[in-house]
Amino acid sequence: MHKKLNFLSIILVLLFILITIIILFPIYYLIIASLQSSEEMFRSGMKLFFDPKIMDFNNYRLLITHRDGIYFIWFKNSVIIATLFTISSLFFSSLVGYGLGVYDFKFKNIIFTLVLVVMMIPLEILMLPLYKLMVQLKIINTYAGVILPFMVSPLAIFFFRQYSSGISKDFLDAGRIDGCTEFGIYFKIMMPLMIPAFGAMSILLAMQNWNSFVWPLIVLRTNEMFTLPLGISSLISPYGHNFDVMLPASVVAILPVVILFLFNQRFFIAGLTAGGVKG
Amino acid sequence: MSNRNHINILYNKNLAPYIFVLPFLISFLIFFIYPIISTFIMSFQKIEGFNDVTFIGLGNYERLINEHFFNALKTSTIYTCCILLTLVPIPLILAVLLNSSALKAKNFFRASIFVPSLTSVIIAGIAFRLMFSEQLATGVINRIIVALGGEAIKWNMGYVSGMVMMVTLATWRTTGVNIVYYLSALQSIPEELYESAEIDGANAVQKFMKITIPQLKPIIIYIFTVTIIDGYRMFTEGYVFWNESNPGDLGLTMVRYIYQQAFQRNDLGMGSAIGVVLLIIIFTINIIQLKYFGLFREEE
Repeated sequence: MHKKLNFLSIILVLLFILITIIILFPIYYLIIASLQSSEEMFRSGMKLFFDPKIMDFNNYRLLITHRDGIYFIWFKNSVIIATLFTISSLFFSSLVGYGLGVYDFKFKNIIFTLVLVVMMIPLEILMLPLYKLMVQLKIINTYAGVILPFMVSPLAIFFFRQYSSGISKDFLDAGRIDGCTEFGIYFKIMMPLMIPAFGAMSILLAMQNWNSFVWPLIVLRTNEMFTLPLGISSLISPYGHNFDVMLPASVVAILPVVILFLFNQRFFIAGLTAGGVKG
Repeated sequence: MSNRNHINILYNKNLAPYIFVLPFLISFLIFFIYPIISTFIMSFQKIEGFNDVTFIGLGNYERLINEHFFNALKTSTIYTCCILLTLVPIPLILAVLLNSSALKAKNFFRASIFVPSLTSVIIAGIAFRLMFSEQLATGVINRIIVALGGEAIKWNMGYVSGMVMMVTLATWRTTGVNIVYYLSALQSIPEELYESAEIDGANAVQKFMKITIPQLKPIIIYIFTVTIIDGYRMFTEGYVFWNESNPGDLGLTMVRYIYQQAFQRNDLGMGSAIGVVLLIIIFTINIIQLKYFGLFREEE
């Protein structure tokens, strides 16, 4: 019995080593390509394994010099938008989720149903009227235009609702006896209790925003307002003459998320399962 | 006096929940209800400038009956069916294996398989463009095909090969997320179910079919629904391969068709009509899902 289990273990581990290699290959491919000059790559074929004789970080130097360092402007835009979006979204979505999670009131179920409706209708369908609205509000090509329409996130509301409904009502009553206002209870008592929820949601929201493409493509009209995915996609050309910039630009753009993931795996998983459907 | 009223409001626990949910209501009205109404109105209009609008009845919808619209509908539908075939079963099998007690170094494998989900479609797409390039200099897939004695494929020039690229890209990026969903559901299946099945002499396959699958039904339905919606909303997976134009309507999905008509050809009325059709498709899927499976319902 024990021997049979060992044999199974070895097969499974080998299988997963193979799967992991296949799955991580595209990222490896991107990195190894970013270390080669495209001229050399097209002349004698891309090398698949690291070779210090032909590989160096020259392409990465181009990120600084390419069009007077536009890459840093894209990077800065991405950081600012992701930060503002995450903070404002956490604040407003947690308020709503908390309201739905701990109070009983007349329209509670209707409002919660509406949250689910918004969650199920993709933004892509509404991009055209939303674009028109942004023009009317005169926030086209601004950070506000990217952030505002999706700041109150239904997914985050859903998550905060689930989380806050699990907190004991005794905390609420204790706060009331101490003379806190309803909002004082939220900020002084409940918010600290919801820190794990804030952690999970901040990572999920920041990652989604960092990688988002469709809406920024519609709202941001000029090169100096672009975020990383937009800027990098503007480098794509059918003939590959931007490879030297595009490849290192892609590698560097993944780094912040990967670093965040390595240190906060638990939060990532918690945030992702926020769909909260009972298994 | 007014100051006291002010204080009373802050202490009023009947009023407080309405203030808490206010951000949602405001956002819902401005960024959801208004755009939906506005889409419907625009779909009946010919819009040639912000102040140059004429009502043309069903004119835009009549123009929808054309080859490109049906190509877009076809591509979105085929794409959706394909990702259903990959993104529902593959992560399920991987999750069951990852959950198995026989597997060592689980956390390492789990984390590695999740890494693709951290990338944006654009960056993942750049890696895939490189791998699927028709030139042997960079295209590793064609290198393999040629090494096996086949002929190099012009991946981004054919319908089927183009579909393969988009589906592979989506599957690669989303498998890790779905595994996380399946794993959290698998871990909540009571161990006793398997133990009593073992006493009854059930083998691994029987346990999988009779216990695992029925217990996972809610999460399978959830992933199924989300995958359908993701399929019909797809834009970027096509955009990253055909970013400037869609030769022969390759990569032209419903959302790309909205984008093309509204933003590249400035035909907002037509774009809105496509939007309304897409809205009806998504709405129908959700209604069917709610009526027959009642997602989110059981947790009330």
